[in-house]
Amino acid sequence: MEDFYFYTEGLTVGYDGVPLVKNIRIHMKKGEILTLIGPNGAGKTTILRSIIRQLAPLGGVVWLDGKQTEKMSGRELSRKLSVVLTERIRPEMMTCEDVVATGRYPYTGTFGILTSEDRHIVRESMELVHILELKDRDFLEISDGQKQRVMLARALCQQPDIIVLDEPTSFLDIRYKLEFLSILQTMARTKNLSVLMSLHELDLAGRISDKIACVSGDKIDRFGTPEEIFTEGYIPKLYQMTTGFYDGRTGDLELPRPEGKPELLVIAGNGTGTSLFRKLQREQRPFAVGILWENDLDYPAARALAAQVVSVRAFHPIETSKKEQMKQLADQCRAVFCTLPPEEMTGMAAALREIRDYAASLGKLCSDP
Amino acid sequence: MLKHKRYYAAFIILILLAFFLLTLNLCIGSVATPFTELPDILGKDSADTVSRDIITQIRAPRALAAGILGGALALSGYLLQTFFHNPIASPFTLGISSGAKLVVALVMVASLGFSFHLNSWMMIFAAFAGSLLCMGFVILASRVISHMAMLIVSGVMIGYICSAVTDFVVTFADDENIVNLHNWSQGSFSGITWENVAVMAVVTAVASFCVFLLSKPISAYQMGEAYARNMGLNVRTFRILLVILSSILSACVTAFAGPVSFVGIAVPHLIKRLLGTVRPLLMIPACFLGGAVFCLFCDLLARTMFAPTELSISTVTAVFGAPVVIYIMIHKKKERAE
Repeated sequence: MEDFYFYTEGLTVGYDGVPLVKNIRIHMKKGEILTLIGPNGAGKTTILRSIIRQLAPLGGVVWLDGKQTEKMSGRELSRKLSVVLTERIRPEMMTCEDVVATGRYPYTGTFGILTSEDRHIVRESMELVHILELKDRDFLEISDGQKQRVMLARALCQQPDIIVLDEPTSFLDIRYKLEFLSILQTMARTKNLSVLMSLHELDLAGRISDKIACVSGDKIDRFGTPEEIFTEGYIPKLYQMTTGFYDGRTGDLELPRPEGKPELLVIAGNGTGTSLFRKLQREQRPFAVGILWENDLDYPAARALAAQVVSVRAFHPIETSKKEQMKQLADQCRAVFCTLPPEEMTGMAAALREIRDYAASLGKLCSDP
Repeated sequence: MLKHKRYYAAFIILILLAFFLLTLNLCIGSVATPFTELPDILGKDSADTVSRDIITQIRAPRALAAGILGGALALSGYLLQTFFHNPIASPFTLGISSGAKLVVALVMVASLGFSFHLNSWMMIFAAFAGSLLCMGFVILASRVISHMAMLIVSGVMIGYICSAVTDFVVTFADDENIVNLHNWSQGSFSGITWENVAVMAVVTAVASFCVFLLSKPISAYQMGEAYARNMGLNVRTFRILLVILSSILSACVTAFAGPVSFVGIAVPHLIKRLLGTVRPLLMIPACFLGGAVFCLFCDLLARTMFAPTELSISTVTAVFGAPVVIYIMIHKKKERAE
């Protein structure tokens, strides 16, 4: 454990003596990014609050840079660790620069007067986060996304070794989410800054984190690299998803499939069908899909949304039995719709044309689903 | 740079106003003294001993008290606003002045009843005890009531209860000194002696200096408790210090001048507008000066407007202070609606 910059030993957190998450063991090296994920109310914020000493742990130890945090003075800890929290601040009559400059607090003298070096660091942090143009704006008048970046600049100008962020991207639009996380990644890689945060966006967590800790029930259910965490079927289990579908590879979410026997057969492939599947889901019309290779772009959505999917193993030819199955479905369904253009239904996909023609012969092929 | 000029200008204005009003307070009264004659009258071999006594024994201590206590009151209000993150918190609105008044009244009546001499220190101590008592109530209430206006309402209610009990005590105390007691319980700077001034100057100076030393932690606390803690501030100790210092300051005022309304809210707010910043390093001295100016001005009016009848100081401070509070309330509403 000693070679980790940050680690916890049997940390137990909770409120009023009631443990919420027990025996937490997580660790990371300098310059790594560790993310907490897990369902709402699982205790991510409680864990973070305990680590940053906003809340007294019920047991266990937090080690930072070879020292127990509870034995550090407030000033010592504040020079190593800074935070971006979910709590909204409402500072009066402060420009963004003033807000960022509060990060210099642990370094200034008795009256908190900034030296020219302090000012230089403030400016640098604002440049890093690309908010220099907000310098003289009133903090209360800027947007939530801008505020969040100001708070990041503030945390950075505290010159920490580790930065702790509680759901930093929750109120940001997609552009700012990506920008925000990419700044963190750059800081981690170039300045050796350790990042500990909680995220709601699983797709982003999977992409940015070196380590992920899954908080579930009263424990850390899994702790490891994203590859170890995002295994088939784990995320729905972690979040106790009972409705809908989550694609661990892409992070795509699908609503629950329409109930009942398929009334429409869709001949799809190459990603041409996915938007139609979702439209049918919205209209709550059960449908069947075929024939899809299992590596087709349409396959994940079809599997999540269709009442029945006729599929073939990737890179393999279509077996006759599958063709027969499709014809049966065409018989049962009220209509058949083909999203593939004719020129695509050649070669290995020629069987699809055959099915389409069969549907046409039944008079079921429609031009508008 | 522009900002710095503004700060200098603000301080110069405040200091000049303070001196100007102090002089006016010395000169104006039932026996008017032209400003030009002031040095002569105060001179050692002045023939006009009556005027000299009026100025040195009555007007000077009263004016100094108005200045010192006004400053103390404004600072106390500023600290309470910081503590509760509430722009309309003040010793008066939170019932703290009234609590101090009650305990002081009880001690005063006791001193009359048991005929022991009450000195300035005992008065301050009694007021401090009363302040802390009410402060405790309000802090407990603030744990349950998070809504800003409701907290103030509960403070005002506590204030009313304390005032009612004080009135009761004052009404049934049987002594001719009751007239004094009555005046005091309405809030007034009259009857202040040099001994009083010396004590309040020491207490206020020490407390205000401590507040000034807290200006860096206050700036951290303005960012919210969680961030303050992350900046290395011991929030618990800091909050206790705030409570004690604001109680001492408001106790000092109540002990000598009774409850004085609205200075604690209006002055910090006006000063904030004047400076255009909330930096405690500037706010603290400016608030003190502002409070002094405000009270010197109000006491001058209280004394002279309907002379020889004197208005209670709170009557005058309310006229100028209450509109400020109303403005803050409306302004806050608007902000939330946006």
